[in-house]
Amino acid sequence: MKLTVGPNQFFWKADAWAAFYDGVAKAPVDHVSLGEMVCSKRMPFYQDRIADALAVLQAAGKTVALSSLALVTLKRERKMTAELAEMGVEIEVNDLTALAHLPAGTPFSVGPLVNVYNESTLRWLAGRGAVRLCLPPELPLDPIATLAATARELGVEIEVWGYGRVPLAISGRCYHARLHARPKDNCQFACEDDPDGLSIATREGQPFLAMNGVQTLADSYACMALQADALAQAGVTTLRLSPHTGDFGQVCLLFRDLLDGRIAGAEVAAALTAQTPRPRLSDGFVRGARGADWSGAVVA
Amino acid sequence: MEIVCPAGTPASLRAAVKAGAHTIYCGFADETNARNFPGLNFDRAEMRDGIAFAHRHGAKVLIAINTFPRAGAEAIWHSAISDAATLEADAVILADLGLLDHAAQKHPGLRRHLSVQAAAANADMINFYAATFGVKRVVLPRVLSVPEIAAINAETKVETEVFVFGGLCVMAEGRCSLSSYATGKSPNMYGVCSPPSHVDYREEAGELKARLGGYLIHSAAKGEPAPYPTLCKGCFTAGDQSGYLFEDPVSLNAEQLIPQLQKAGVTALKIEGRQRSASYVAQVVQNFRAAVDALAAGRPMPAGLLARLSEGQASTTGAYKKTWR
Repeated sequence: MKLTVGPNQFFWKADAWAAFYDGVAKAPVDHVSLGEMVCSKRMPFYQDRIADALAVLQAAGKTVALSSLALVTLKRERKMTAELAEMGVEIEVNDLTALAHLPAGTPFSVGPLVNVYNESTLRWLAGRGAVRLCLPPELPLDPIATLAATARELGVEIEVWGYGRVPLAISGRCYHARLHARPKDNCQFACEDDPDGLSIATREGQPFLAMNGVQTLADSYACMALQADALAQAGVTTLRLSPHTGDFGQVCLLFRDLLDGRIAGAEVAAALTAQTPRPRLSDGFVRGARGADWSGAVVA
Repeated sequence: MEIVCPAGTPASLRAAVKAGAHTIYCGFADETNARNFPGLNFDRAEMRDGIAFAHRHGAKVLIAINTFPRAGAEAIWHSAISDAATLEADAVILADLGLLDHAAQKHPGLRRHLSVQAAAANADMINFYAATFGVKRVVLPRVLSVPEIAAINAETKVETEVFVFGGLCVMAEGRCSLSSYATGKSPNMYGVCSPPSHVDYREEAGELKARLGGYLIHSAAKGEPAPYPTLCKGCFTAGDQSGYLFEDPVSLNAEQLIPQLQKAGVTALKIEGRQRSASYVAQVVQNFRAAVDALAAGRPMPAGLLARLSEGQASTTGAYKKTWR
């Protein structure tokens, strides 16, 4: 299996953002999708660093794509999305607005926020030019296998969300701004101090979700370390690793070693939970009764 | 303006038609629609009779087939569409790309509306759905302000339908997995959100605690109202703050915005609540019908009739006013 690094979901300072991709260039991954998926207001802070990051990644032999925004409502966002299609780089479509601007037949990727739940939708997207498709993170193993079989016929690569806080919802409302009692239009970048999202717990202190501006994520980090064999058997071609702070180079290495059979899934999980910040893991969407479950929880 | 009214049962359909609804939307009793609750929705015979009843009274029926077909089981959704055509439904409401394509190819004469579950939130995307699948109407996601809706209508020939009353999704519809994260059951795959099967009410230390999938959503002291534990309207903690971080336990009431929505070029006003009783539906329809009739006749809008029907007594105009964001 191959490894993809998905777009950073959080608001990072430009220098940290650029340094992250310098690191990814050296990491054992195959494909990198970058750019802004969550909030158009963040884009001006690192926009002028994107061309360099693309060049560094391509020079290191990675294939690259530019992510489109997950929810496009404003004029400025429509313009941004239209301009993406003219950049001459593969687009990762995370909202069909981006597809509206791509001439039929132009090769593109489909991100995890496009609803691909069945074979007909997959075929339709492949007919439009989709060459790589990250499935919605909530899909269980059976439909993943069915879709992977169809994808193989169509020559489309199938990715599954392999590591990182799972995106669960997107909204018109900014929860970070709401928490700081600011209007969204004058948010003063309330999300900038939470480079991995801000954890949300129940009133009983049980960790549950995380906020990231207009996005809501799981508090847990999805981790396919214990599901990699099952996913490979199901015909999944690629795992997607989602950017986080901490030693992301190590995350990439661990998954590469796992996929090459050099270490076991349980070792990967143990090494990931020893990282700082210390993540809680889940793989319940793929294998459990619910998304929050972690199949490694019962291991002594 | 057209009033589009929910019906979870044949009794609600008849009540809504009699109360003056121009249009009824409903679904088949299976996972093809986004209100897949036990005891709700229509079998094929009920749908045939319901459509005949509505048509006799000059009302239309739209069938919501707005979940995302399950891989390996698309035939269930395809038969829902072909039955909708056979039963002479006035339109189907769809969200899935593959299903829209199927309907456009196999049933070109069946009118297609784009469900709110497709979250088409700008004119480029709406026009793309129209050009590609012949969509005639779009139900707009509840993330847009009234001026944004007006701007969309200025750039598209596709009719727009907007929610004016009932439950309020805080997240963009069709793009939310909060429920399946906590319970394994998602709106997109099963047509349910925060399902009753996973709700647990328990009295602890004098408080009524409502949990969903084991997560505490809110607790109410004795005598306080205890709203249903819908995940996004729960009380949580982030940093040093606790409260309703996503949304208060409110429901949508945009009754007073009807004149602005008309000016914004909206074709149809949609009422949420296929899970509601026939008498609730009838009351809401009567009020909204009175409001649009008053508007059409140039009379002042009747004020505040619906407040008492709102969930937990509190209501909001949601994203229609920009400050909501």
